[in-house]
Amino acid sequence: MPDLHPWEVPRRYDVVVVGGGPAGMAAAVGACEGGAERVLMVDREHEAGGILQQCIHHGFGLHHFKEELTGPGYAQRYLEQVLEHDIDVLTDAYVLDVDTARTVSVLSGRYGRLSVDAGAVVLAMGARERTRQAIRIPGTRPSGVMTAGFAQKLVNVAGYLPGKRVAILGSGDIGLIMARRLVLEGVEVVGVFELMPHANGLTRNVVQCLHDFDVPLHLSTTVVRIHGGERVEKVTVAPVDEALRPRMHEAWDVECDTLLVSIGLIPDNELARTLGVRLDPVTTGPVVSSTMETSRDGVFACGNTVHIHDLVDWVSQESRLAGEGAGAHASGRRQAHDNVRLVPGTNVRSCVPHTITTEREHTVYLRVTKSLAPCTLRLGDVYERPLRYVVPGEMVTVKVRPRFLESFHGGALRVDVVPREEAGA
Amino acid sequence: MRFDVAIVGAGVVGCAIARELTRYRLTVALCEREVEVGLGTSKANSGIIHGGHRAPHGTLKAATEWRGNQLWSDMARDLPFGFARIGDLTVAFDDDDVAYLQRLLEQGRRRGVTGLEMWDAERLRREEPNLSQDIVAALHAPSSGVVNPYEACFALAESAVRNGLELRTETTVTGIERGADGFAIATDRGTLHARFVVNAAGVFGDELARMVGAEEAGLRFRKGEEYLLDKRLVGFVTRVTFPCPSPTSKGILVTPTYDGTLMVGPTATWSEADDITTTAAGAEEVFDGARRLVPGISERDCIAEFAGVRAVAADEDFTIGHTSVPGFLNVIGIQSPGLTAAPAIALDVIDLLAEAGLALEVRDDFVPTIDAPLRFAELDPDEQARAVRGDPRFGRIACRCELVTEGEVLDAIARGARTMDGVKFRTRAGMGRCQGGFCAWRCLRLLANSQDVDVSAITKRGGRSWIALPRRDDHAATEVEHA
Repeated sequence: MPDLHPWEVPRRYDVVVVGGGPAGMAAAVGACEGGAERVLMVDREHEAGGILQQCIHHGFGLHHFKEELTGPGYAQRYLEQVLEHDIDVLTDAYVLDVDTARTVSVLSGRYGRLSVDAGAVVLAMGARERTRQAIRIPGTRPSGVMTAGFAQKLVNVAGYLPGKRVAILGSGDIGLIMARRLVLEGVEVVGVFELMPHANGLTRNVVQCLHDFDVPLHLSTTVVRIHGGERVEKVTVAPVDEALRPRMHEAWDVECDTLLVSIGLIPDNELARTLGVRLDPVTTGPVVSSTMETSRDGVFACGNTVHIHDLVDWVSQESRLAGEGAGAHASGRRQAHDNVRLVPGTNVRSCVPHTITTEREHTVYLRVTKSLAPCTLRLGDVYERPLRYVVPGEMVTVKVRPRFLESFHGGALRVDVVPREEAGA
Repeated sequence: MRFDVAIVGAGVVGCAIARELTRYRLTVALCEREVEVGLGTSKANSGIIHGGHRAPHGTLKAATEWRGNQLWSDMARDLPFGFARIGDLTVAFDDDDVAYLQRLLEQGRRRGVTGLEMWDAERLRREEPNLSQDIVAALHAPSSGVVNPYEACFALAESAVRNGLELRTETTVTGIERGADGFAIATDRGTLHARFVVNAAGVFGDELARMVGAEEAGLRFRKGEEYLLDKRLVGFVTRVTFPCPSPTSKGILVTPTYDGTLMVGPTATWSEADDITTTAAGAEEVFDGARRLVPGISERDCIAEFAGVRAVAADEDFTIGHTSVPGFLNVIGIQSPGLTAAPAIALDVIDLLAEAGLALEVRDDFVPTIDAPLRFAELDPDEQARAVRGDPRFGRIACRCELVTEGEVLDAIARGARTMDGVKFRTRAGMGRCQGGFCAWRCLRLLANSQDVDVSAITKRGGRSWIALPRRDDHAATEVEHA
């Protein structure tokens, strides 16, 4: 082997982090702070940083670093911390398997197929994009139908364009960002078509990426057919009724050579599945405790592997916590057991973490099912907080302090987001 | 160059005939309009090797189905492609269905099909617990199997090329003239001369026959939509499961593909020859039909869909034989069970060519085998470790859903893959649940580097199916920003 490296990968680590994106980097740093001495972070790309490396737009870090960074800039901040903490980083490597004894099988072109024993494991594999097939758009299957994230990689990393005239299905953040990116590259973006009556991405992205660049957003409209033998030639779009069924007699054709699909992300958790970790049917990610531990002892999870975030800042925060938990677990320290289960109630789609303890402060992340403004967030009957508005596209974070729960003695705590009037009644 | 035989159409039938011919001292050419072999009807079907009992009595289909079924074992011994005799079940929901199964059983036994057995409901529940509880009986045919048809085409073509076949892809035949000592075959890439022409042109079969004034088969086209389900359902059903056909429909099948994932379909609707669209109505028909057999199947598990077109002769049977133009043979109208029958059809065509005067002299240097490509995901951990030590390219993942390494992609390219589909159907890279989101860039780069071309020259499957364009220069981008 020409590029044999003199370094040998140790066979035992306190913490092994699967994935070197924003979640993995924060978890690795957190693990060191939680008491782990030897930490390994494995990433399949040539460079750590994950999807941030292709997100060359700005808007990252407003909460976490109190400044506006690009994706690679944000990644760099964390990479520096990773290096400062003397964390071993294995790139161009792929975790094939994690077993219940926390033996991690790693495939690396440079070091071969390795088995590494871990005191604790953090799953930080991120998410994958939903594809055209996930929603079964009828028509032909030509070249030119691709996910927005793949187009982003083509443009920002590889230096190619996905086409000359582009339609975008779905208003997820990546699609919105790509609409602007492609306009800046001289590509014609003919429109964004969103099935729901509201945009799926952040409001600021709708304004800054579509409105500011005159890209039309068609709400309650979807692509009903793809045309073209070899390359996309056009798509047929149609408005939908309240039941989201296309009104075909009002359909029209949109000429384009490319269809970007930005219809959401799915937690990537094949490893969690093979490990037999309990999964939340709504988020499709692992069920996690207040320290981000899964149902498997010593296996933690964080970031988009657990639930889809819209801001990297919250990924970092949540993942540092997961890392600290893994570090503590590996060094044999036990934390207070969770004694409260959070139950998604009215207008709440999901809550993460799934359980908390009355002993510490927690940040709880939740998603609502429908837009409300103004409204009230309620934790059982022990705490409530007014919110200006909630929309499904933006995650709600709420700090739960021990004193909120002083008068709570049950096991399950319901979380509701209700209209203001109802709360006052 | 003058060939002894020119075959037009490199589907499974054309490839099988080509490979059989390379066993003899002959010069053989195979013309294919697509960029790679097997990308037409042969790619887009259910991939079933039928048990041998199903084709209607007295047809060419019946004459070749069981023989073909048996010959697949020989082919699979010599050539690397996914093939497994997993067996099939035809299931009955009522007494009429049971009577049909009984007739099918007797028909199969008369043809010599081995292993056919009637199962009662209890046996069926034990063997296939996820089939509908409403099923009252089933006919089990252990001789039936599944194959990855595109892999079979690639392997047949590779083997034939290794034995001297002249394979001309991206070559469309535009005219055929019969002269004193054979045919002049005009293509968009020059003219070929051959003593014999075999028309294996699939949906273009009639068009080709017309060029030389031979009989047509009255081809019409029947489209079938198929839907592939997520790996979550691997093992949910372990045998190909057929309903009893109704007067209007052959019915929707549930097929565990060679790789284990379930496939449901096909529809059967008259269409144009080039109509490979999937439709909302088709999806509904397929999932309703599949749920009747296996209630646990859901649209939500769909990870990919495709449609294929079968060429159907006026008499619904295969059209195989001499034509009024001496030396020009038709092998067309090869719809189901054409994949099953293909190896038997190839042998029959050799006999027909001999009848027409082709001298067959067996070569002693024919090599029946080709090396199997390494399938990293199928190795055990120790073998994987050895593979990476031997070649670090097997340590770099190209496709994570199907666990395909860069080494495998490069091997596929070395074996002739030139497009993204060529890589996908040889290695499975891009076939999994993320449908290429992760691996597409890696495969593009490997294809471009291996052929020493720019990424923008790589296509999905030839022609205008480009994937990426070169970026406009900085000047153009600046102009737009300032506009």
